Amino acid sequence: MDFSLTDEHRMVQEMVRDYAQREIAPIIKEYDRKQEMAPEILPRMAELGLLGICLPLRYGGQGMDYIALGLVCEELEAVDSSMRVVMSVHVGLNCLGLFQWADEEQKEAFLIPQARGEKIACFGLSEPGAGSDVAAIQSTARRDKGNYVINGEKMWISLASKAHHVMWVARTNPDAPDPHDGLSAFLVELDRPGITRGDIHGKLGVRAGSTGWISFQDVRVPEKNRIGKEGEGFKIAMSALDNGRYTVAAGATGLIRACLDESVQYANQRQAFGRQIGKIQLIQAKIAHMVQSYDAARLLYLHAGWLKNLGKRNTRQTSLAKWFATDASFEAASQAIQIHGAYGYSDEYNVERYLRNARGAIIYEGTSEIHQLIQAGYALGLRGDAPLRKELPAYDRDKWQENCSE
Amino acid sequence: MNIVVCIKQTPDSAAKVVAENGQVSWGDSPLVMNPWDEYAVEAALTMQEEQGGDVTVISIGEEGVKDALKTGLAMGCSNAFLISDPAMQNADSQAVARVLAAAIQKIENVDIAFFGRQAIDGDMGVTAAQTARVLGWPILSLASSVGAVNGSIRVERNVEEGRQVVEGKLPVAVSVVKDIGDPRYPSFMGIRKANRATIPVWTLADLGIEAPDTNVRWPEIMNPPEHEITNEIVSGDSPDEIATILADKILSEKVL
Repeated sequence: MDFSLTDEHRMVQEMVRDYAQREIAPIIKEYDRKQEMAPEILPRMAELGLLGICLPLRYGGQGMDYIALGLVCEELEAVDSSMRVVMSVHVGLNCLGLFQWADEEQKEAFLIPQARGEKIACFGLSEPGAGSDVAAIQSTARRDKGNYVINGEKMWISLASKAHHVMWVARTNPDAPDPHDGLSAFLVELDRPGITRGDIHGKLGVRAGSTGWISFQDVRVPEKNRIGKEGEGFKIAMSALDNGRYTVAAGATGLIRACLDESVQYANQRQAFGRQIGKIQLIQAKIAHMVQSYDAARLLYLHAGWLKNLGKRNTRQTSLAKWFATDASFEAASQAIQIHGAYGYSDEYNVERYLRNARGAIIYEGTSEIHQLIQAGYALGLRGDAPLRKELPAYDRDKWQENCSE
Repeated sequence: MNIVVCIKQTPDSAAKVVAENGQVSWGDSPLVMNPWDEYAVEAALTMQEEQGGDVTVISIGEEGVKDALKTGLAMGCSNAFLISDPAMQNADSQAVARVLAAAIQKIENVDIAFFGRQAIDGDMGVTAAQTARVLGWPILSLASSVGAVNGSIRVERNVEEGRQVVEGKLPVAVSVVKDIGDPRYPSFMGIRKANRATIPVWTLADLGIEAPDTNVRWPEIMNPPEHEITNEIVSGDSPDEIATILADKILSEKVL
């Protein structure tokens, strides 16, 4: 068993850590207060190659593995969750969904510009009336002269107002005996007629990110934009979530680390009762729990990433990593505020933002309740992983980094 | 333009230095490219982008120093060489300069050798000047910007009174300061290349030189003495009273 990271992993980790600390940390409070996404973030992430990190060079990516994706998410969310959210929706949910399910022509048309960061991508699953209950999706896509006509509204969509592409899940067969089987997935360019979209403000956290809604009114989409077969929409969405949740797990791990680092720094400096508060055992207990959470969360996500590298199904492991890390990050942020006392309650310090940011991840990409059902389902033998028509490709360094121009 | 950057591997700048039994200990701090040398790499790559040519990054040390050289490759340097020889253990800066000079000569037709202003571990800040001396080249030290003009180089130096523009003929040694601009991040293309690169290792014999004498030793290193500080807040009913108490204390402590 080899727990060591490769030189490549370490270099990617340092590069992203430097970027996030140098360029994002100094401005993040300002944008969080303004409830705006800093305009330089997406172009800069594209320029650095982060938006195609774990895709082969031949698809416009950088040829790194799934572990590198996790490490990047950890580093980004150690500064702000909004940064990691970009990786979750653009890379995890959309690009890796295409990588797994799209045909070659679709990869040429959509995946390559996305991996290069020329086109930003988002993921349209949740609706005003359908979150955890995916089968309740109302959006429809009906065939019409070689096209589909799509109607419906998606809600709580990260990058809704920034993206060029959306992976949209709609109902193509209202009569399917199991409503899950009536769903199909489409990659839709967001400049098509009939599309309106906007941002949602007033969120508790991830205020420096972009979250919004997208409405489709009689949007005509060619058949070649359908990803996978008709009726495979639910499976595609769930595969995409296996990757999105992985990025959330890794990111939440970074959030725990940030809480730990700032708590340790404060505990070593703040004096109370005639000594540093780090010498007080009740403070030490909180620090110890953060250490425990960080190490456990990190092992869980790296294990899921390792399974992905091998091309093995990891639905259960990814769900466990996501459930554990997000719950633990909220607790770590809450305890970090407690350690900072009244200062932690003000935005003079970062920990109040960490708490607000941590809360959302307990809801999105599978609520903690959904993950408990998944874990119990596996344990009780009530669910298993049926083979998919297309699996997420295993990592192959030589093939992924193959490019005659280098 | 043929450019060489001389770098050193040092402990991370966040490392805590502790003197134990007259020796320096950096604890288990990660080893990185000397942060000042990252600015030298940045200057070299900027120059290469303007003038074309190659940037070769070199360093002296054990096998692990290849990590620092790989950082140079990942940032965009074209080649890397490690000079490794047991005779270089405990080498002083002039011995290091002699070996770097020999390596620069082995690379051949080098126009500029870039250096960081100093290394964050030894803090001597003399390697650039000493290497230039061995090579018989001019040294333009502490440059805050660099540019090439018709076979010569022009640098700006920030001095107390303002700014100085200095021109030197090639070949030349240049040491750079922070104002040169933030070092670029390694790129993914660079990271891929760095991890596929085989970094050649040169011994002193490969450079055609004998082990240079080391004349400077650091017999003892100590931490600054610890000061006992106690705080006392003087209080009283009026400013006059507080001032009187304070003045009495200062006099009784023989501060005045």
